[in-house]
Amino acid sequence: MPAPAVEIRDLWFKYAGASEWTLRNLNLRVEEGEFVVVMGPSGCGKSTLLYILTGIIPNMIKGEIRGSVYVLGRDVLKLPPSEIVKNVGFVFQNPDSQIIMPSVYEEVTFGLENMGLPPDEISRIAREVLEYTGLWEKRDLSPWSLSAGERQVLAIASALALRPRILILDEPTSMLDHKDTMRVLKLISKLKEELKMTIIVVEHRIEWAVEVADRVVIMENGEFIAQGTPAEVFSRVDVIKRSGVRPPMIAEVFYYLIERGCRVDRIPVTAREGLEVLSRVLSRGVCA
Amino acid sequence: MSEPLISVENVWFKYTKKQDWVLRGVSLEIKRGEFIGVIGETGAGKTTLAKHLNGLLKPVKGRVLVLGMDTRRTPTSKIARHVGYLFQNPDSQIYSATIRDELSVGLKKLGFRDAEIEERIKWALEVVDLKKPLDMSPHVLSFGERHRLAIATLLAIKPDVFVLDEPFAGIDYKRSLQLLQVFKELTKKGHAVVLITHDLQLISELATRVVFMKSGVILRDSKPEDVIGDVEFLESNNYTPLQVTVIGVKLGLGRPIRVVDLARELEKRLQL
Repeated sequence: MPAPAVEIRDLWFKYAGASEWTLRNLNLRVEEGEFVVVMGPSGCGKSTLLYILTGIIPNMIKGEIRGSVYVLGRDVLKLPPSEIVKNVGFVFQNPDSQIIMPSVYEEVTFGLENMGLPPDEISRIAREVLEYTGLWEKRDLSPWSLSAGERQVLAIASALALRPRILILDEPTSMLDHKDTMRVLKLISKLKEELKMTIIVVEHRIEWAVEVADRVVIMENGEFIAQGTPAEVFSRVDVIKRSGVRPPMIAEVFYYLIERGCRVDRIPVTAREGLEVLSRVLSRGVCA
Repeated sequence: MSEPLISVENVWFKYTKKQDWVLRGVSLEIKRGEFIGVIGETGAGKTTLAKHLNGLLKPVKGRVLVLGMDTRRTPTSKIARHVGYLFQNPDSQIYSATIRDELSVGLKKLGFRDAEIEERIKWALEVVDLKKPLDMSPHVLSFGERHRLAIATLLAIKPDVFVLDEPFAGIDYKRSLQLLQVFKELTKKGHAVVLITHDLQLISELATRVVFMKSGVILRDSKPEDVIGDVEFLESNNYTPLQVTVIGVKLGLGRPIRVVDLARELEKRLQL
């Protein structure tokens, strides 16, 4: 059995100087190739969790950690950042916090140069990544002449250039407008489908999440209050209703019908599933 | 018919002489009790239009009347009493050293007495659920809390029209909806709300009217059903229609835009 991509056991975390635990007793196992969407209200600990997976905690931000976190079988709490970045790519909420170079091309090659790759290899990878993300034509431009969405795509491209096996993204669309959001979400879906990468993303767009996620994790007050396939998670009506998370609209339709006596074996979460279940129910004329 | 709170009359605007028009002949009337959702891609002119509503920007051609006052001839401070503007980024509007000052400075300028100011501050903080010491600096609040403070500051003034420009970055859905319900309640008391957002679901829950902008013109200005319920229109403008609309249309159940629209229709058909 290969080691899971991520294995978190009984994880607790408290920021230095804080009186309360930010993360409380988290357990999670993510297999390689899985697509996990983490959701939860602001301040619930989502970003803190990602900081631990990427080594930002404890290397740059200090605090008290209990429990264990293994990434691809290695204890990330003990690994230096230089080792973590070989396997784990991180994309921040705000692309501007990670863009530093004067051109799109150099932004992508920066990390590769730091890793000491030979120049031929660097230009080959940079071209491949920029073509893949649709930024090749803009390679000579300043990142600051790009739209916010293109800068986010560039941040993703720079992360991809390092060939991580796991890509972690923290609310990559929250600062973007509608069009740019669609572009970034499409790219992330493509990484899953074509590259079979392990992806862990914090994202609020629920209708997108239920289409792409193998697993949804819902966080509140530092705890995981639900995890499983989108269908499993959104079937837990009470937990979802109590949480700050917006369920897919079609799931909410079924919450309403179930309260009025409708019986279904599973709650649909995507439009396609909703259509299937409702066509069946309507053709029978009864909801049972 | 009551006089509109704001009337935007054939407004043309560009930021510099050399630039293209950002607004190209926009006309719009905002009446008491309305909750207007404004959607459209970045660059459509939504924020530029919003800034015309409180006189932050003045039309190059055409005019904007706020309670009959032409914004080009009325001091912005006078307009501000009637039209409050909530920025996308709370840090664009938080200046004071303490939460109390932040909340009271605008009210003092408007000439309210201390007792009235205290009462309004208390009410506004309760509404946004911000429980922090009033002499704390707003800058140590979290992003979400600063946002709620900015909303409270606006609420305390109780202007006739609230212009909310993408107000909910960093605030989760449940809280966004709760805060918007407060604004919705205020529309029942005769205020009006203009909400700019990309969130079609929030608009479908709350708006009485939807304005869809593209390239500086208003493409549609109609009931929410006629805009958000029009799958073809949304798709041809790069918007993803809501799940319930897609499903409702395919099943021949009309053009539902809210969970409850589709749920009630199904309830009827299934005789639950």
